[in-house]
Amino acid sequence: MPEHIVKAYDQDITALKTMLAQMGGLAEEQLANAIKALAKRDITLADQVIRADEKIDELEREIEEKAILTIAKRQPMAQDLREIIVAIRVSSDIERIGDLAKNTAKRTHAISEPLPRRLSTGLARMGAMAEAQLNNVLDAYVRRDEAKAMDVWRSDEELDSLYNSIFRELLTYMMEDPRNISLCTHLLFGAKNLERIGDHTTNIAENIHYLIYGKTIVEGRPKKDVTAMMNATDK
Amino acid sequence: MIDLTGKAANTKRYAAEKRFKSYGAIALGLTTVFLLFLLADIVGKGWPAFFEHHASVDVMIDPASVDVATPATGDYSALIKDAVRAQFPDITSRSDKKKLASFISQAAADDLRDRVVADPSLIGKTVKADILLSADADLYFKGIEQSDDAEMLEKFKTKLPVAKSISWRFWTNGDSREPELAGLLGAIKGSLLTVGIAILLGLPLGVGAAIYLEQFAKKSRWTDVIEVNINNLAAVPSIIFGLLGLAMFLNFFGLPRSAPLVGGLVLALLVLPTIIIASRAALRAVPPSIKEAALGVGASQQQAVFHHVLPLALPGILTGTILGLARAFGETAPLLMIGMVAFIADVPQGPTDPATVLPVQIFLWSDLPELAFKSKTAAAIIVLIMILMSANAIAIYLRRKFERRW
Amino acid sequence: MDKQTTKANIVTGTPRIMVERPTRISARNVDIYYGEKHAIKNLSVEIPDRAVSAFIGPSGCGKSTFLRAVNRMNDTIAGCKLTGEVCLDGKNIYDADVDVVELRSHVGMVFQKPNPFPKSIFENVAYGPRIHGLAKDKTQLEEMVVNSLKKAGLFEEVKDRLHQSGTGLSGGQQQRLCIARAIAVNPEVILMDEPCSALDPIATARIEELIDELRQNYCIIIVTHSMQQAARVSQLTAFFHLGTLVEFGDTDEMFTSPTDKRTQDYITGRFG
Repeated sequence: MPEHIVKAYDQDITALKTMLAQMGGLAEEQLANAIKALAKRDITLADQVIRADEKIDELEREIEEKAILTIAKRQPMAQDLREIIVAIRVSSDIERIGDLAKNTAKRTHAISEPLPRRLSTGLARMGAMAEAQLNNVLDAYVRRDEAKAMDVWRSDEELDSLYNSIFRELLTYMMEDPRNISLCTHLLFGAKNLERIGDHTTNIAENIHYLIYGKTIVEGRPKKDVTAMMNATDK
Repeated sequence: MIDLTGKAANTKRYAAEKRFKSYGAIALGLTTVFLLFLLADIVGKGWPAFFEHHASVDVMIDPASVDVATPATGDYSALIKDAVRAQFPDITSRSDKKKLASFISQAAADDLRDRVVADPSLIGKTVKADILLSADADLYFKGIEQSDDAEMLEKFKTKLPVAKSISWRFWTNGDSREPELAGLLGAIKGSLLTVGIAILLGLPLGVGAAIYLEQFAKKSRWTDVIEVNINNLAAVPSIIFGLLGLAMFLNFFGLPRSAPLVGGLVLALLVLPTIIIASRAALRAVPPSIKEAALGVGASQQQAVFHHVLPLALPGILTGTILGLARAFGETAPLLMIGMVAFIADVPQGPTDPATVLPVQIFLWSDLPELAFKSKTAAAIIVLIMILMSANAIAIYLRRKFERRW
Repeated sequence: MDKQTTKANIVTGTPRIMVERPTRISARNVDIYYGEKHAIKNLSVEIPDRAVSAFIGPSGCGKSTFLRAVNRMNDTIAGCKLTGEVCLDGKNIYDADVDVVELRSHVGMVFQKPNPFPKSIFENVAYGPRIHGLAKDKTQLEEMVVNSLKKAGLFEEVKDRLHQSGTGLSGGQQQRLCIARAIAVNPEVILMDEPCSALDPIATARIEELIDELRQNYCIIIVTHSMQQAARVSQLTAFFHLGTLVEFGDTDEMFTSPTDKRTQDYITGRFG
């Protein structure tokens, strides 16, 4: 696409994209570190993640401010308008992802002993999947790759399935031995956070579709999260 | 630090500007001086012509010379001569007597005749008559000419009180061989009639042609040809129009010679190009947005032009008319060609009577040998200028009135 | 006049919203030439009633040319030729039996620079009805003038100076006077050629408000240089480029996600 006649306009949009890329990179790092901290029970790493979240929040404020100014000054139309609206939405999603990563890292303080093998593998798998989704969707955003974004959008189904099984696993664990309840509750929250991160990545994917096609996706995406209906007596 | 004080390079520019300004001022000054000179000369020469001298003498209306039944046929000239001679009993030689008589104008007798005809009861009475002095005497008393008969004139003055008064004759008489009797009425009326006819014909035709060419005619080679020709006609020497008038109006159509009608026709042709050009410019100067607005509301071409464009172009059209008018008043050559050069003593009654116009009258008078006619000529020039200025003033007033309204 | 469904025509792509309004003005394969210059190329478009259609495009793209073709103002320009059909309610306005003067009483025009007649305010508005013989007597004429001024939102401001000159009003008032003048003859269509470009923002806003009110009763076509104005004021927008109609569609859609790349480039300020 040719450049704007007014160069400052292009600079405004480039600045937004740069800040978003920065934010995305930070979020990826935060998520990776949080999962590692939880798996290895690394308190120092966990605290680092908790502190670093402030940076993501600051970036989100900056992006919002820049976007509002650009709207006021440039009266953007069509592609440019969608670009800016999507930037605001995506930065909001990334900020939430950052918060969720921080919360996951916080759980590390609560885990005093090594995790049982089957729980840790499940969580590790979930963590890897969430990480992959985030990486892919951010990549798709930077490269405006709608196909890739849709892949992420659909693959959240898998993450949801994984979450379901971990949920069941944890319930079983808790029922086996009430002393595990404290640990499992924290792990539950951690898993929930990862599942929420997955949902946010699908939001970002939907916004990428809107950015490119100018239409919102109307039909619902496949959701497999049935944990709301689960109870301890289910088999 | 920016240096705002003048630089050497600017000084040169300012010097050039000053020089140019001074050239303009000098030009203006010189022009004013020349104009003032001209005006002073004309007014100085012509001013005396507006006045005349009368002597008052007691005249006995002798019933023997004047018949009660036909008072107009009396020999008033003799009565006056006798009355004057009676005042100078010491003048006896024939040549002296003749000289004395030469101080009195012919008109004196006519004036007296008119008085008696109006009031026949004066027959037999002695009346105090104002007798008009002849041109030579008049010039002497005005101080213009040193007369050989200065002595006698002084004597004349002592016995018969000589008074100066405004010469109404100048305005009410037609042309005459006698300088003191020559008046402008004929020429003025002739001028007004001629120019009146010229404008009456030229204005509608000119404005109509301009409207047609500007608003209605399709642009084609013909319209270009017409435009070029109209522009050229404006520059044609005016005597050519006189030749045209001679050939067409006098020889072919057989219209009366020297008539204001013919003069008017010739002048109409003369001013037509000027009026057309000025009107076209005025029409073109009307912003096209007004016409578009009128058309947009659903006016036809004619309605748009006559309701909207023409009223706005009126000031410009009037300017063109003023120019045409001024030119028409001052034209001499074409009118000479159609015969308005004759000596016409009668005041024209209508456009078909022979007449003359002011510029021609001036030309004729300037050719005559009598000294008195010199001041008459200058006076006539003053009258012409006055008429032109008032015509201008009227047109300017009209123009301003229309301009302000919009 | 048959009630047809007017689809928002988009040259490339499919319309998002079907607009259910009868067509007032339609053009079919219209070409307009100024001498040798091909100003409008093979234009076909349908413009619905009781809506505002905006024509946008860079300078010299032909939008004003086409606008002036709708009330045959191009007839006054020497060397201007039009082929194809332009129809008002189905009747081709370029037919030989069409009286131009009559046409212009049905299709009114408001120009870029306010051009009230140098007459009184009353006379300005009364001129049209008078020459078309629309008023039976003086009272009816006065009524028509007052109504037009009211509809144009000007009456309150000028009611005590109806006999003063129209040129003594402010720019915005003059333009509203021109609008009142145009609607005094009860047209079906109002054409507006950049009506706000000579006005300040407040006067512009007033005129836009007026257009919004008027569209409920008239078919309005507005040519504008301001895309924001086109976005605010119109329901349908046509984008012209180098004499071609590139895209014509629902305004909301055109300004958020236009179909043609040229439209996109123009409205985002990337060229033109």
